[in-house]
Amino acid sequence: MPFTDHFIEIDGCRTHYRRAGKGQPLVFLHGAGGAPQILPFMEQLAERFDVLVPDHPGYGQSDEPEWLENIHDVAYFYLDFLAALKLEKAVIVGTSMGGWMALEMAVRNTSRIAALVLVSPAGVRAEGAAPADIFLLSPEDMTRKLFYDQKIAEERLAVPMTPEMIDLQLKNRHTTARLAWEPRLHDPMLPKWLHRIDVPVAIVWGKEDQILPVAMAHELKRLLPKAELTIYERCGHLVVQEKARECSELVVRFACK
Amino acid sequence: MPYADLDLAAGRKNGTVWVTLPNRNFDPEVGHKLYNRYLDELEYGEELGFDAVAVNEHHQTAYGLMPSPIVTASALARRTKKAKIAILGSALPLRSHPLMVAEEHAMIDVISGGRLITGFVRGIGAEYHTFGVNPTFSHDRFHEAHDLIIRAWTEPGPFAFHGHHYNVQYVNTWPRPYQKPHPPIWIPSQGSKETIDWAADPKRRYTYLQTFSPVKVVARYLKSYRDTCAGYGYQCEDRQLGWSLPVYVGETDESARREAKPHFEAFRNVFVRMPLEMLLPPGYTSRESLKNVMKAKAQMFGDVTLEQALELGLFVCGSADTVAKAFESHWREMRFGNLLVSCQFGTLPADLTRASMERFARGVLPRLKAL
Repeated sequence: MPFTDHFIEIDGCRTHYRRAGKGQPLVFLHGAGGAPQILPFMEQLAERFDVLVPDHPGYGQSDEPEWLENIHDVAYFYLDFLAALKLEKAVIVGTSMGGWMALEMAVRNTSRIAALVLVSPAGVRAEGAAPADIFLLSPEDMTRKLFYDQKIAEERLAVPMTPEMIDLQLKNRHTTARLAWEPRLHDPMLPKWLHRIDVPVAIVWGKEDQILPVAMAHELKRLLPKAELTIYERCGHLVVQEKARECSELVVRFACK
Repeated sequence: MPYADLDLAAGRKNGTVWVTLPNRNFDPEVGHKLYNRYLDELEYGEELGFDAVAVNEHHQTAYGLMPSPIVTASALARRTKKAKIAILGSALPLRSHPLMVAEEHAMIDVISGGRLITGFVRGIGAEYHTFGVNPTFSHDRFHEAHDLIIRAWTEPGPFAFHGHHYNVQYVNTWPRPYQKPHPPIWIPSQGSKETIDWAADPKRRYTYLQTFSPVKVVARYLKSYRDTCAGYGYQCEDRQLGWSLPVYVGETDESARREAKPHFEAFRNVFVRMPLEMLLPPGYTSRESLKNVMKAKAQMFGDVTLEQALELGLFVCGSADTVAKAFESHWREMRFGNLLVSCQFGTLPADLTRASMERFARGVLPRLKAL
C-alpha cells in the first residue's frame, strides 16, 4: 500500500506527513536525520496500521515556525497534531529524537495515545553513559557510527549528495541543535514526570548503539519499571533499519496485545 | 595571546587546539611567564606610541589565553596612562548575564578615565561548545544583550527590562561609564551582511573591524559597509572602518620572511585550525553562508604557507618601508580609519615580537599617522 503525501496547518506550521494503511492509527516520529524516505519498516507497519509519518516542525518539508524553541514546544505541537487529525488510541513509535518527543507528549497527555514504542530514544541521561557528540562528528563519521553493519554505512556513503539533500540535512541539523544542543539530547526535568505515563511502553535498543549507548536503555527501564525492554544484538542506533522486520513485528505484537 | 609554548605536534595530532585539546597541555608555570610577557608587550605598545592596545576573548583553547579580556584590560587600565584600551570584544551570547559586561566595561572605563573602546562579538562557533550556549539563539541573544547593555549605560536607573532571554526587574548599573554617552563600540567580524547592516545602522554607526581575512575580502566588506551607510542616507566616516591582521616588520624583506615564517605558519595552520563542524555549529551562520564555506572547504581548511598568505594579503611582512608602502596603498584604496596589528602571533618569541614592534613604531607608524 503506497504512502501518500499530505499537508496540514497546525499551530501556524504547515506540516508535511505521509500516510498509508488502515486501522488503528500509528504515528512514527523520526529522529534527528529526518524521514526523507519511506522505509521498509514503515511499509510493514502499514499492512496492519493507519501509519502517519510526519516531518517534525523544522524538519523535512515542514515549516520552521518562529515558536519552535525547545522540545516542549514539539510535545504540545504533536498533541495538537493528534487532535487536529482526530486520531484516537494512537500508537506512537518514536526513534531517537522522536522517542524523546513521544515521552514529552505522554507525560503531558495520553488521552489520544494507546501505547509508546521508544526505539533508542533520547531524552534521558544515564550516569556514566557518554552519547556521541553528534554536533562535532563529520557527516562521514556520523554515518559510520549509526550502524552496526558497516556495509550499510558504506552503501549510504556511496550515494552522492544532491544540493536538495544537503539543504534538507542542514535544515534538520539546525532544528536538532535548536531542540537538543543544551542540555545535550535530554531534558533533566523529564524523569520527575515519567510516572504520569499511564499507557504501555516498549523500549527497544541496539546493543552496539554508538550514538546513544545501551546503558541508557537500562536507565530508562529503571525510570519506567513497567516498560518492556528489548535489546537487539548486532544492532546499532538505527534499529528500524538494521532490524526492520523484528522491530515491526514487535510493534504489532506489543500494540495489539 | 596564544599559548606559545604549545607542543605543536600535539595540536596537530588533535586536529585542533580548540575545545578538545586536553588541558594537561597547559603548564601553569609556563602560563605565568607568558601572561606577564604579553602584558609587558602590550604596555610596551603604549611606550612606543601606539594609540591603543587591544585584548580579546577566547575560551578553552591554546589559541588565546584570555577567557576574560576583562582581567587583562583591568591590568592595563592601571599600568598604562595614555593609550586607549580596546576589548575586542566581549562575547555577549556566551556570557551568562549582559549586565555583568555592562558593569565590568563601565568599571574599566571609569578606572582608565575614559580610555576604553568596547567591542561586542558573538564568540566563534567553537565557543558554543564551551558553556553549552545554543548557537541557534546566538544572534537573538547577542542583539538582546546589546540592547540591554546600551540601555543600562544610557537610561536613568532603576528600570525594568523584559526580554526573551533576559529579564531583570532592576536595571541600575553602578558605575555608569566615564565616556558620554558610552565608550565607542567596535564590532569585530569575519564579514557578514547581517552584521554590516546592523553595525552601520544610523542609530549605531559602530566601527566595523574586519579580522584576519584576505585583503580582497577586507576591501569587499569595507566597501560594503560604506555602501550600506550610503544606503542609510549618510556618509561613512573613516573611523567607522577597521582592519585587523598579523604584521611582522624585519630589517629587510628577506630577514622578515625568514624570521616570521615558522611562527606565522604555526599560527595559521595549528592555532587557528579547526574542523568545519566545530567552526560553524548549526545556526551560528545562515545556512547559505554555511553552504558557501562547505564549497570552499578545501581552500579554507588546508594549510597556508607564509608565501601564500602574503600573496593573499592575509599577513603583511617585510622591512619597515615595504610594510608602510603596503598599508599606504591599501589605505588609499579602502580608507580604513583604524588599523589593528597583531604584533605577536602563534609561536613568535618575545625578542622578535619586540624588535618588530620597535621597527613598526619607528618606520611604519609615523607614515600611517601622516595619512
